Amino acid sequence: MAAPRDVTSLKQLVLGRKDVQDLSLSDDSETELPPELMTVNMGPSHPAMHGTVRIVLSVDGERIVKSDVQPGYLHRCFEKESEYATYTQVFPYTDRLNYVSPMINNVGWAMVVEKLMGLTDRIPKRTEYIRVIVSEMSRMTDHLTCVGASAMELGAFTPFLYFLKAREWLYELLEKVSGARLTHSYVRVGGIAKDLPDGFHDDLTHTLDQIEKVMVEVETMLNANKIFRDRMAGIGVMSKEDALATGCVGPIARACGIDYDVRKDYPYSVYPELDFDVPLGTTGDCLDRYLVRIEELKQCIRILRQCLKQIPDGPTMVDDPRVTLPPKRDTYNTIESMIRHFKHIVDGIRVPPGEAYAFVEGGNGELGFYVVADGTGRPYKAYVRSPSFVHLSTASQLIHNHLIADVVPIFGMINMIGGECDK
Amino acid sequence: MAKQVLDALLAKFPTAIEKTESQHGDEIAWIQKDQLVAVATWLKDDPAMAFDSPVFVTAIDRLDWRPVGVPPSTHWTEDKPRFEVCYQLRSSKHKHRIRLKISVLEQDGHCPSLATLWSAFDWQERETFDMYGIRFDGHPDLRRIFLYEEFVGYPLRKDYPKEKRQPLVRRDDLPINPIKAGAKPGDAR
Repeated sequence: MAAPRDVTSLKQLVLGRKDVQDLSLSDDSETELPPELMTVNMGPSHPAMHGTVRIVLSVDGERIVKSDVQPGYLHRCFEKESEYATYTQVFPYTDRLNYVSPMINNVGWAMVVEKLMGLTDRIPKRTEYIRVIVSEMSRMTDHLTCVGASAMELGAFTPFLYFLKAREWLYELLEKVSGARLTHSYVRVGGIAKDLPDGFHDDLTHTLDQIEKVMVEVETMLNANKIFRDRMAGIGVMSKEDALATGCVGPIARACGIDYDVRKDYPYSVYPELDFDVPLGTTGDCLDRYLVRIEELKQCIRILRQCLKQIPDGPTMVDDPRVTLPPKRDTYNTIESMIRHFKHIVDGIRVPPGEAYAFVEGGNGELGFYVVADGTGRPYKAYVRSPSFVHLSTASQLIHNHLIADVVPIFGMINMIGGECDK
Repeated sequence: MAKQVLDALLAKFPTAIEKTESQHGDEIAWIQKDQLVAVATWLKDDPAMAFDSPVFVTAIDRLDWRPVGVPPSTHWTEDKPRFEVCYQLRSSKHKHRIRLKISVLEQDGHCPSLATLWSAFDWQERETFDMYGIRFDGHPDLRRIFLYEEFVGYPLRKDYPKEKRQPLVRRDDLPINPIKAGAKPGDAR
């Protein structure tokens, strides 16, 4: 027979009060929680917060009545630093925006500078193909991380391990390409740093085959999993109109049924030559966001296979002395090339005065750079239109009236990347 | 493509449009400040325009604007507006884009808010306020977003030194509130 419950310790547990002995023990009302709303701080450092963001929740029991989302804990002054860096020196900063898909950020920055210099149509075909290949690999690392981490937060640990294993294969390949596992800085204004390494074709083909197998395994584990579906379906629903007005793009907007993909609607690079589909959701809930991302992973594999077939031979830099460094051999042997090299590195690429906005389809949607140039080697103003920041602004609306536990899948599927959101 | 938008704007609001220009394929319209909300409402609601998707808001500080290779008359002088607020819009139906620009004088520092028309501009206007100190009239909740409330000054202004530090944690070897000349504590709010 169980021992009789100690009322005093129970009251201490519930109310956290020390002077409980002053109260009349027969009065049951004291053991109930107070009726007013409770304020709970989630973050800034919380395992389910994907970076550092703080949410101040007002909860009625477990239900969220009001919330204030506060980003900014990872603000590293990307825009201010860029104004003091040459156009080439900004590439390492862009790596650190969305740090799970740095290649796409690199491409976006290169595109805006090329737009200002009128180089957009002169980039060699092979370069464009390599940019698309590394971009799509980056999109895969982004989606693999997002889906894997979200599944783990809902208790499915195995998909997380499988997807991170797959992500690591891609990182290893990108390391072979660029020399760095995470902060690639691989793209340059007018081209790329160097050509693909030997054997890249076979390595990527093999990796894609392996990833397809992993995806079958993970989908088998998640798609029909009752716990996973119950936590995702009908959670964080957003209507099509809301998604438009709040500026949502990328997988989140597509899960709501908005057919917008920069690669299709404002085609850039060699995407018009590639055959791929844009998956759309119907209900705009977390499950749809998950399914859209899984389907996009498959489309990435499709694009990559086509790229490997179609990639032509050719140079990896545009032939334009304004942006290209002279060959090393000349730099060491002729005074003209040495001066050009020096001016390039110290003064930076001279971009004629003007302003431009160029955008690419990032891991989270339209990732744009808006640059004002004043004719010097450094941007007068650099602005990044970060999709994470826009998506995070909808979080308060999405978690409204949900339970505290639902914040986790909603946040996971928003895929807020601290570096990109906080700039 | 979007040139039609500029023509339609000029035909509909001949007095509100200060000038239009195209740069590298981007269409830009300079709008008079008091007409901004009317123009934006029309751009959103007119079926031929249908700018339903907000893209971004930011501002430009022209304080150091002395571009290379252009006549000095285009350089910034004290009688010209110091700030430009940029609103970028997109139409998901017609696929055209436009950038609206509003000149803001330094001594004024106010701009109408479009956060009630497109809710995406809520946070983005807060960011612009945080970084440039532009006050958006009619914004429902204008407060700092990336920086903390106690921060003095606006870091993306050209006269804010890049090396300046404002630690939130107080240290004995640093002044409690390093204040820039001319700025008063609480200016940020």
